[in-house]
Order: sequence, then C-alpha cells, then structure tokens
Amino acid sequence: MSDLKAVPKAIAGPSNFLDERLGGANALKRNLRKIFPDHWSFLLGEIALYSFVILLLTGTFLTLWFKPSMMEIAYDGSYAPLKGVMMSEAYASSLEISFDVRGGLLIRQMHHWAALLFVAGMMVHMLRVFFTGAYRKPREINWIIGILLLTLALAEGLTGYSLPDDLLSGAGLRITEGVAISLPIVGTYITFFLFGGEYPGEDVISRFYSLHILLIPGILLALVTAHMVLMWVQKHTQMPGKGRTNKNVVGAPFYPAFMAKAGAYFLFTLAVVAGLATFAQINPIWLFGPYTPADISAGSQPDWYMGFLEGSLRLMPPWEINLFGTAQAGTLPLSVIIPALLPLGIIMTGLALYPFLERWVTGDNREHHVADRPRNNPHRTSIGMSAITFYGVLWLLGANDEIAANFHISLNWTTYAGRVLIFVAPALAYLITYRVCLGLQRSDQAIISHGVESGVIKRLPHGEFIEVHTPPSEDIEAHMRGKEAVPMLPVAEDPSGIPPKGMRGPVGKLRGRMSKAYGGEKIPLDDGHGHGHEEEHAAIGTGSGSGDDDRSITH
Amino acid sequence: MTDNEHEIEQPDERKPKRVIGTPAPGTSMLGAAEPEAADQDVPGVTLQDEAKARKAEKIVALCFAITFLAGIAFIISYVYFQVGSPDATGTSNLALGSSLTVAILALAIGIVVWTRQIMPKYALVQERHTMTSDEEDREVVADTFLRGANESGFVKRKLLRRTLLLAAAPLGLIPVVLLRDLDNNKMPGADFHKELRHTVWGQKNKEGKPLRLVVEGTGQPIRAADFNSPGGILSVVPEGYEHDLTALAKATLILIKFRPEEIKDGTNRNWTHDGIVAYSKICTHVGCPAALYEQNTHHILCPCHQSTFDAADGAKVIFGPAARPLPQLPITVDAEGYLVAQGDFKVPVGPSYWERGDAEAEAGMKGGQA
Amino acid sequence: MTRITAWRRHPLARYAVLILALALVGMVYAAFVQAGKPADAALAAGKVDDVAAGRSLFEKHCMSCHGTNAQGTTTAPTLIGVGAAAVDFQMSTGRMPAGAPGPQAPRKPLPEWVNEEKIRQISAYVQSLGGGPQVPGHEQVDPKLGDAAKGGELFRANCIQCHNWAGAGGALTQGKYAPNLNESTPTQIYEAMVTGPQAMPVFNDTTITPEEKRSMIAYITQVREQRDPGGFGLGRIGPVTEGLVAWVVGIAALCLAAIWITAKKRQKS
Repeated sequence: MSDLKAVPKAIAGPSNFLDERLGGANALKRNLRKIFPDHWSFLLGEIALYSFVILLLTGTFLTLWFKPSMMEIAYDGSYAPLKGVMMSEAYASSLEISFDVRGGLLIRQMHHWAALLFVAGMMVHMLRVFFTGAYRKPREINWIIGILLLTLALAEGLTGYSLPDDLLSGAGLRITEGVAISLPIVGTYITFFLFGGEYPGEDVISRFYSLHILLIPGILLALVTAHMVLMWVQKHTQMPGKGRTNKNVVGAPFYPAFMAKAGAYFLFTLAVVAGLATFAQINPIWLFGPYTPADISAGSQPDWYMGFLEGSLRLMPPWEINLFGTAQAGTLPLSVIIPALLPLGIIMTGLALYPFLERWVTGDNREHHVADRPRNNPHRTSIGMSAITFYGVLWLLGANDEIAANFHISLNWTTYAGRVLIFVAPALAYLITYRVCLGLQRSDQAIISHGVESGVIKRLPHGEFIEVHTPPSEDIEAHMRGKEAVPMLPVAEDPSGIPPKGMRGPVGKLRGRMSKAYGGEKIPLDDGHGHGHEEEHAAIGTGSGSGDDDRSITH
Repeated sequence: MTDNEHEIEQPDERKPKRVIGTPAPGTSMLGAAEPEAADQDVPGVTLQDEAKARKAEKIVALCFAITFLAGIAFIISYVYFQVGSPDATGTSNLALGSSLTVAILALAIGIVVWTRQIMPKYALVQERHTMTSDEEDREVVADTFLRGANESGFVKRKLLRRTLLLAAAPLGLIPVVLLRDLDNNKMPGADFHKELRHTVWGQKNKEGKPLRLVVEGTGQPIRAADFNSPGGILSVVPEGYEHDLTALAKATLILIKFRPEEIKDGTNRNWTHDGIVAYSKICTHVGCPAALYEQNTHHILCPCHQSTFDAADGAKVIFGPAARPLPQLPITVDAEGYLVAQGDFKVPVGPSYWERGDAEAEAGMKGGQA
Repeated sequence: MTRITAWRRHPLARYAVLILALALVGMVYAAFVQAGKPADAALAAGKVDDVAAGRSLFEKHCMSCHGTNAQGTTTAPTLIGVGAAAVDFQMSTGRMPAGAPGPQAPRKPLPEWVNEEKIRQISAYVQSLGGGPQVPGHEQVDPKLGDAAKGGELFRANCIQCHNWAGAGGALTQGKYAPNLNESTPTQIYEAMVTGPQAMPVFNDTTITPEEKRSMIAYITQVREQRDPGGFGLGRIGPVTEGLVAWVVGIAALCLAAIWITAKKRQKS
C-alpha cells in the first residue's frame, strides 16, 4: 500500500468537529511530535503508572462482589474446609470472589500482584531519578510529588491488605492499631476514632474500604496526573551523549514511536501481572482462615513494602518509659514509637529534602536537563547506596523468622546481627560505593586518555609487543565527556584568612566543609593524559618501549 | 586514528567489549564511519530497509494473530471451565490466566517489533527553553496582581478583610467537628483510655458467678483435673464471649500446666491452681497473640516481633521488643472443679499507651504479679 | 485309653505344657506390671516377647543416652511414663535415635535397622516401664471420619502459631523450629499432640478430645493435599516469597522488556 496523502475522512470529520469546539490543533501541533529521549531506565516509572491503571481496572471488578462488612455470618460457599465457619461478610465475599466467580481469583491475584509491582516500580523509578540527579532544578516539585505518591501508595497498600479480613490481614491491622495507640497523648484518641471504639469493633473494614477505593486513589490519580503534566511540560531529562546538551532533547517523537513503545510497555506490564497471577499464587486467604484477635499464624508478614517497618519493630530492644510513674499519663513505649516512626521518617524526610540540601551544599542553582551518571557524583551515589542498605537491613530483618526457619539459623542471632548491621552496613556501603565510583571514573579517564584495548597485539620494529589502543567511538566519548564537576561553593579564604560571606558562623563553616567534600572534580577526565602507558604495556612489552611510539599508535 | 602509521587491520570480531554504563554502541567503537542512511528525507529520521521491514511485518502479523486466537481461547475457557473446588478453580485460573497472558504478551511483542523494525529510527532534536518566564511577562503579572488587589478593595478595607478571615475560621473546623462521631460510644475523650484498663474477666455470668475459662474453638469449660499433663497449653476465651471479637482482643488467655516445682517466684502462686497458670495471650508490644509455647524451655514467643517471655517466671520478657510481662490472670476453681477467673487482670493488657502509667508498680504495691 | 490321655502321653506334651506355663507366667507378670495403668493392647494380647525384644533393642540403641533403665541422663530425658506413642512418634519420624547434637532433633530418614516391628517392640518396652499415651488405632486418626471445618478452627486456635496456617512450619527461639507437617502421617500428628515432643506442648485427650484431634488431622491432611488454585504455592509461607517473586520475576522481567524496547539495534557495517 502506498503512503497516505491526505487525512482520511473518518478521522478528518470528527477531528474537525472537535477542533471547532476545542481548538486542539494548536496544542497538538506542538505536542504530537514531542521528543522523548530513549534509555531503558526512563521506562521504570511507567511500571508504576501502568500498575496503577491495572489496579484501578481490577479493583473496580473486585468491588462488584466485595462486601465491606464485618457482620458475622456462617460461611456457605464452595470452599469445603471452611463450610459453616463463622466469619465476617468481608471475608466470605473475598472467598466468593476467589471460588465462586469465574475469573475472580485471576483478577484478585492480578490486583495483588499489580499492587506489589506498583510500589516496586515507584521505588526503582525513584532510585533511577535519585542516582542520575534528575530531581535537580527545575524538577524538585515533581520529586516531592513522587515522594507523596510513594507515601500514599504505602497507605493504599496497607488499607487494601486489611480488607479481606482474613487472619493474616487482621494481624497487620492489629499491629497498625498497636502502633497507633502507642503514640504519645493522641494514641488512644486516634484508635478510638479509627475503630469506632475498642479494637477491632465493627467499622474498620468499611472505613478502610472508602479510604482504599475512593479517597486515596482519588488523591493518587490527581497527583499522578500532576506528575505526568510536569514531566510533559519540563520535558524528560536525557543521558549525556553525542549532541545532547542542557538546551536540547534528542530522541524519538511521541507520535508514532514513543506512543507505540509506551503502549507496548503497558502491555508488557499487564502481561507480567497476568502471568504472575496465573502461575504464582498470592495471598491465599482461604488458607489463612477468618480473622479473630485470639489467633495468629507463624510467619505472619506484611506485604514487602511494609517489611522494613516490620523489621525495625523486630530489631528494637525493649525500651519503655513512664514519665510520671504510676500516674495515668506519660507512658512512652519507645520500643514501638522509635521503630515505627524513625526509619520511615529518616527515609521519607531525607528523600524530600535531598534536592534542597544538595543545592544548599553545592550552591548550584542552574537548570539541569542532562542526567548525571551515578559514578560522576560519588557522594550522592554513596549516600543513596547507604540508604538502600539501611532499608535493606530492615527489610531483611522483617523476614527474619522465615530466614531462621528455612535456613536453620537461630532466630535470636538474626536479631542480634541486625542490631549491629543497621549501623555498620550503611557505613560500609558508603565507603565501598565511594571507592567503586572513583574506580569507575578512573576507568572512564583511562578510556578517554588511552582509548579502548583493541585486543590486537602489535610487534614494533624494535621488538616490543604492545596492545593497540583505539580511541572510543564518538558516542561513547560524548557520553563520558558529559561529565561535569560537582559544583562547589566558593569556599576559598581571602588572603587575610577570612572565609567568604555566608560561611563564617558554625553552620556556615559546616556548609563550606561539606561543599568542599561533596563538590569538585575527583578524577578529571583529561588528567593522566600520556601517563601510565609504560605500566599498561609492560605486561606485554618485551623491552622498554618509548612512550612516544605508544602515543603515536593510540592517538 | 589520526596518524595510524602502522596500518593495523581491525577485523570485526576484534571489536572490544561494550563498556558497562555506556550507551549501546550504534556504531563500532573503533571509530568506523557511521553508515549513511540511504533514503533520509529528514535529518534524524533513518528509514528502515524495506526488505527487512517486510519480513518484520510478517512477524508482527503472526503476533497479532496469536493475540486473536488467545483472546478467543480466553472466552472459550470462561464458558467451558467452571469454578468451585480448589481443583476446578485452579484449572479455570490456569486456562483464563495463560490465555490472557499469551494474548497480551503477543500483542506487546508485535508492537515492539513494529516500532523497532518498521518505524524509522529517530534521533530528532528539540530545543529546550528555561522554565523561567520572561522578565517582561513576570512584570506584567506582578502589575496585574497589584491592580486586581487594589481594585478589589481587599487591601484598603480592613473590616472586610478581617471579617472574611473570621468567617473562614469556623468553616475550616466543620470537617473536623463532623468526625467526632466516628467513635460510636461518644464518651468524653478523656475517658477513652479507661476502657482499656478492663476486660470482660471482671464481669459475672448470668447466674452472678465468676466467668469460666472455656477452650477456644470448642467452647468447653475446663475441669482443672482434666488439664493434667505438664507441658500442656490451651488457648482460652471467656465463657459467653466466644464470638465477641472486641472482647477477645483483650481477654484471650493462654493456659499453661506446670509441674508445681517448675513455677518460679515471678509468678503469683495465689493466682494459679495446681500448677495451672493463665496469662494474657495479647502481646504487650503491639498486641499480636503471643502463643508460641515451648514446653521444654517455658518460653512464650510472639510470632510478630519475637518478643519472648518466660512463662515459668511470671512471663517476664527475656528477648525482643516487648517491655512488659504478659499480665497474669488470677484463676481458681468453682464448686464443680471448673477453672474460673478470680477477677479481672490487675494491669491493662496489650500494647502500651500514653495514659497507661506504670500500672505494674501500682499493682505490685497491692500484691500483684512481680 | 481316652483320647485325652493319649494326648497327655504324647512325647511333645511336656514341651507344650512348659510353653503354656511360661506364657501364663509371662501374662501374670505383664498384668502385674501393668496394674493401675491403662491396658496395653499388645501386652494384653500376650505379646510379652515384644517387651523383651524391645528391652534388648533399647540396650543396644538407646541406653547410652537414656540410661540403663530409661531413667534419663544429663543428655536425654527419662522415658518412664512417656508412653508408646512418644516412642512411635520419635522413631517413625527418624528423630530418634538422635544424630548430631543440635538445638532440636530433625526429622530424618530411618536408620536401616529400624522398621515397624522394631519400633513396636521398643514402644512396648517403654510402655511397660510406666504407662503413658498409647499409639492410636487406625480409626482414631482416620481423616475421613473427621470434620475438617471444625478441625480447622481448632487448628487455627492451637497449632498455626508455630506450624503456620498451612502447616509449613516456622521458627522458634534459639535455633529451634516448628517443623512443617507435609510428611507427617495422621498417626504421627496425633502422637505429637498427646506426647508433646521436644519443644511442642501437650494437648491431652481430656481437654482436646480424640474426636477433635481427628478433625484437626482431617483439616491438616485435606488442606495439604488440596491443589493451590492460584498457581504455584510459593511454599505457602505468605508475603515473604511473594515479595521476592515480585522483584526477582516481576521487576526483572519488566526491566528486560524496557531494555529490549529501547535498545538500539546494532548496525551491520
């Protein structure tokens, strides 16, 4: 078939109708060929976006049968081992979806798998943005929106996890209550209002239900929209490379290429969710039984994204303070408050403030549209890895009973190890990452100044063997040369030894010192030019070759 | 590359490996010239080779055909496979899920092949502009703002401004006030915490007698003489409250049978009967039922956060984050030999809260659990 | 001569009488030993041999830890009063004779010399020492006769805190653990409940009746044999393996897809 020469009538008619009323052509003119840079890691956020779409669709399906009621009834469905057992309507209707609605189990499992991927997708996307410095000006607002989205996703997950009212979800709810009631002064008020009286009461499922299907998803949807609009307006960052600058964006147009790619990626996400729901059983509520606050199962765990909170609760030594002795006030259960609030607070606040702290330390107020390679800002990367390790230790400890049971390690020792690792491991991660970053920078430097080892051994006229180095391709070189020094404040003291303005008080001095450590070029790319040839070639060389000869080959 | 006087041959297979972290080499790293795109109309748009595109079209068509067939298979599976037992539901889930997965996956693969092999390759460039607006625009906006503020009279008319703020204050409170009845009891807020100090064990049954301990799950009362195997444990609930979850959330017990010589001083022996001790099952950390009992070490372990209590020694904490022992319930037997509660717990059960205070010390003064 | 007299004078008669007398003595002895204790089916049927054979097996395989008269030593508990059920449980699951020392004796393949008969003999010997719970009969543990739904409620109230909702097991303190119930036979489950092996507490028949125990067995066996309708069960241990799969399979697969979608095709030059 030949190419189209004119817009077909079927499309021209309706679009004409719309344009006469909405005037969309102007916006489309500018946006249809909007350029999107290509890099695989730029798609990670879409995992979360598409999981969210899947969650909305499957969730709507589930609401058609789910009954958010805690009324006690005797089960009369298909699942034989629970016949006649007293349970809440919420649990009975979840069983109905699983066993008495065709495709119900599939959709329920898809909903749960999509929820796990939703949060996981957000996290990998956030890590990509963090490590490439894509949160920098002008994208700080979008970064904050992202943090809000992550927080809301955790709340959405927690409320959803509780809805089926099975024994496992009830354990999670009980822990939520135990944490809420431990808060100083407001604790009892919060729990009594949340549960409509004493735990568990008869209201919490329906209250969580309206939060889970209406309020939180509504806010999520609004924030997701804002997140997308800002991304669209500010244009995506790009990795450094040939012809890519802070003033342009290089890539494929939205229509048709990026549109198709994004559509395909949505389908991939859906396929992975459907595949998992087909072949991997998730949340088998019929095995758990109905909730009662009197029972608990071994291995009661939250979904993975709450695991770090579970771990921090497990790690804590038994501290509790009664400020006023036997008086009926002033009890501070530190063994609940600290682990429930501190890690979450450190991680979330740290994330939210990082762009601003970095700007304060580096004094960098420029716009950035070219992403950093993680190695090129070693302190940022180390801080990130350190935070990942902190989170990872807590997360691992959240599963310490399963680790102990399945690998036959003493449960108590996993806790003791965790109490040490939570302090030691992040520090180690920092040091190791920093060294690795510098090492990678050096290898970049070597490639820029010596070229790439070609694997070709050459014998020189005077008998020396050398390996021929060839210069890197333009693409690679441009990618590496996209590096720029981490900005630094003007910290140098003037001749009379007085530091510059704004760096005189204790805070100012600290700022200056941090800036000096954080900023600057650690391994300049062009440094070492012409050095080190001898060492490199010595391994193959037979005699002491002259550096000039080498240079003539490699450059 | 400039003055390569040695004329080194570079066979293709000698290309160096890709450097991790760098873009996939579109061109050889050895600096070979980029192939010229033949039919390049627009810079940055490289059209695909037509022969290859035709081949790709067939692959794409195959993928889409698979999607069509798998979609039909889904509908047939829906009609054919019924659900009910785990077996039937499992088969249905497998049939529906795999046909759906195949359909979606084939469609995804088809589209990717389409974009990669049929659509042109793009390296288009678009200009960026700083997000900051022009200085002129900013001034205009500032002027407009000032003008509007003045025109509205909001700045000049103090009374208007202040009454508007006054009017807004209660309106902002209304949503909060409306939430007051979330608490069904509507008791004074300062009394909330008093509810937590009591359990149903302090109440009497219909005949005015102390509540019997009954076995969870069967509802049978327990004759002390029947619970006679040392190392035995039972999950116990109060008579008449077997299905009252709110009561159970505080009143559930674990009942443990010891050899009398095993009981240590931490346990209040006056509250035991013939080596039978009753502790609250609700963990003092965050309220999970702490019920993993090891009869050889007398440890009670909470499966949620691994607080460990020594059941022989007043359930004192020996490991984990719980700060207080599990409260002991005073028990005895009635005339017929059944276990009954002597009364309520002497300290609040379950997780700590602000208004709790050091109830153990207070109870200790009155001869409670050590 | 009457027929009886002829029998009496038969050359083998004296041996027959001797055997009868010995058997009688044995039975009287057994009855004496058993006085005041629950009747032992095996002993009542006159299987005195089992006790004696059990004693010699005990001397060979158990005495070094449990003491010459099963009174217990510093390394192993007394077996007086633990009953045949305890011996049958420990030996049929391979836990006894114990192997390497550890926090707890694990389930393991039976040693070659152990078979049903040998277990019965040692059980009979230990039962003869001080009574205790008996090995349950077939009907007593037949899952078909139990009410699984009722048993499920008791299972959740009494068992899952250690053994997990599907009997997948879990961790206890200091390296001890509650084993999974996948391989346990109905008899072993029953025996474990009445004897309380190792760290496990006792659930005696007077508080949880034999019928209730049979219902629990019905629930355990029914649930463990039933298909996982949602796909692979992932060990039936809940969110830990689910989270692992979400990352290792889900996110990894989607990363690969992203790499494929955005990969630049290597140009043939």
